[in-house]
Amino acid sequence: MDVMQILWLRQMKRYVRSKSRVFGAIGQPLLFLLALGYGLGSVYKRAGQGDYLQFLVPGIIVQTLLFSGVFWGIQILFDKRFGFLKEMLVAPVSRLRILMGNALGGATISLFQAILVFTISFILGFRPVDWSMLPLAFLIMIVLSLILTSFGAGIASMVEDFQGFQAINNFLIFPLFFLSSALYPLTNAPELLRWLASINPISYAVDALRYTLINQSHFGITKDLVVLTISLIAAIIFAVNRFNRLQV
Amino acid sequence: MTEPIIQAEEVVKTYGEIKAVDGISFKVQPGEIFAFLGPNGAGKSTTISMLTTMLRPTSGKLIMNGYDVTKEPASARKSFGIVFQDPAVEEELTAYENMELHGILYGVGNKGLRKRIEELLKLVDLWERKDSMVKTYSGGMRRRLEIARGLLHHPKILFLDEPTLGLDTQTRNLLWDYVKKLSKGEGMTIFFTTHYLDEAEEVAERIAIIDHGKIVASGTSKELTKQTGTKTLEEAYLELTGRTVRDETSKSNDGLNVRRAARMGRLR
Repeated sequence: MDVMQILWLRQMKRYVRSKSRVFGAIGQPLLFLLALGYGLGSVYKRAGQGDYLQFLVPGIIVQTLLFSGVFWGIQILFDKRFGFLKEMLVAPVSRLRILMGNALGGATISLFQAILVFTISFILGFRPVDWSMLPLAFLIMIVLSLILTSFGAGIASMVEDFQGFQAINNFLIFPLFFLSSALYPLTNAPELLRWLASINPISYAVDALRYTLINQSHFGITKDLVVLTISLIAAIIFAVNRFNRLQV
Repeated sequence: MTEPIIQAEEVVKTYGEIKAVDGISFKVQPGEIFAFLGPNGAGKSTTISMLTTMLRPTSGKLIMNGYDVTKEPASARKSFGIVFQDPAVEEELTAYENMELHGILYGVGNKGLRKRIEELLKLVDLWERKDSMVKTYSGGMRRRLEIARGLLHHPKILFLDEPTLGLDTQTRNLLWDYVKKLSKGEGMTIFFTTHYLDEAEEVAERIAIIDHGKIVASGTSKELTKQTGTKTLEEAYLELTGRTVRDETSKSNDGLNVRRAARMGRLR
């Protein structure tokens, strides 16, 4: 077995063995789907915008990827705290491969959670407009999971403790989610919100998924894909740079 | 005299104002069992962290197995194994999985790996529990697992940072017997720290005593007692490092904590 494979496998084993993580991570998106999807659905319909659940599902899939991807970074913090990071870093293996093995594990986990939420949304009544677009939707989800786990790994390499990570959560992840187009359409949103959403890469991810799943787009799919590609490159550079500087 | 396998020249590590390691130089010969002794916060762990490529020295030169540790960390890493002072096992994996992961990280070929893991886990008496999650292990069992893991890839140099901390007498004897065998039989170089001076006296061929970041004495146990006019290594050690108990401030002087303190200072 290769170094990256075994590190990936370790992440998988950890995930499968802690069942609470599986449920913990999909609980929140499900709550959003139920409370918002059903709760606001009738208001949304009365406003003449159509089916809110259809509109919401792409946003919630992105939410799942965002939270589980960035939170996965906490794994690096755990490894730092409980010493296992040392064991990996003194091994005669480049840090790039250590980072990639672990991050691919994290990306797989968050992708799995997103697919779980996606499946549940089908049970709740969601239907994609064009089934042939599903492969592209999955590709976008894969790219997004890579962006977000890299981002999480980079952040975790920078902060010293769990409190620091908590602060990041409040000041970065929540704004990224709420100030994106995940929950509301941007078309008639106030100027400020629209501007904030337009500088937020998460909006483009939501927009791309919305295009593939329900054929609605605010920015246009080409622009979405360009932003996602740039984000992927930037996130990987950020993660590699921070992880390389990590001292234990 | 043969080429030393570990060589430190005027190595300094500072954290802001604090000098954790203050210009130390020493040589370790291949196959030698070398003990690095000193009170809490003297700079032992910082030195080991620098030797094992986890920390960069502020200045000075470290050569290991012919490689410059700061310039060729990857090659240097292939030369050693280490048992850390603090636990560094993955608790959510079984003992066997921990060993397997380590073997692959260090490029131990698949063929010999299973056999070698079995041999080592039997040596430290954990083979029966190999499929139990490490989080169910006691402190002593974890320690034994880490020792077995440090030996897995047959390193040229083995660093043991307070390896016997929290171990019972039986396991301690087993460990030192095995270490002696490795040194004699395979010519492995052993570099260890300990607070138990009887261990150092019995096992180490050469000893260096470090205090306040400086090496205050080095030589064989006999040379040290002779030099200080004492009877045992313990007396010699106390003569050299003083009898005052290191309080919490100097305890927080050891490597990681100093760095954290320096960083906190910078943040404020």
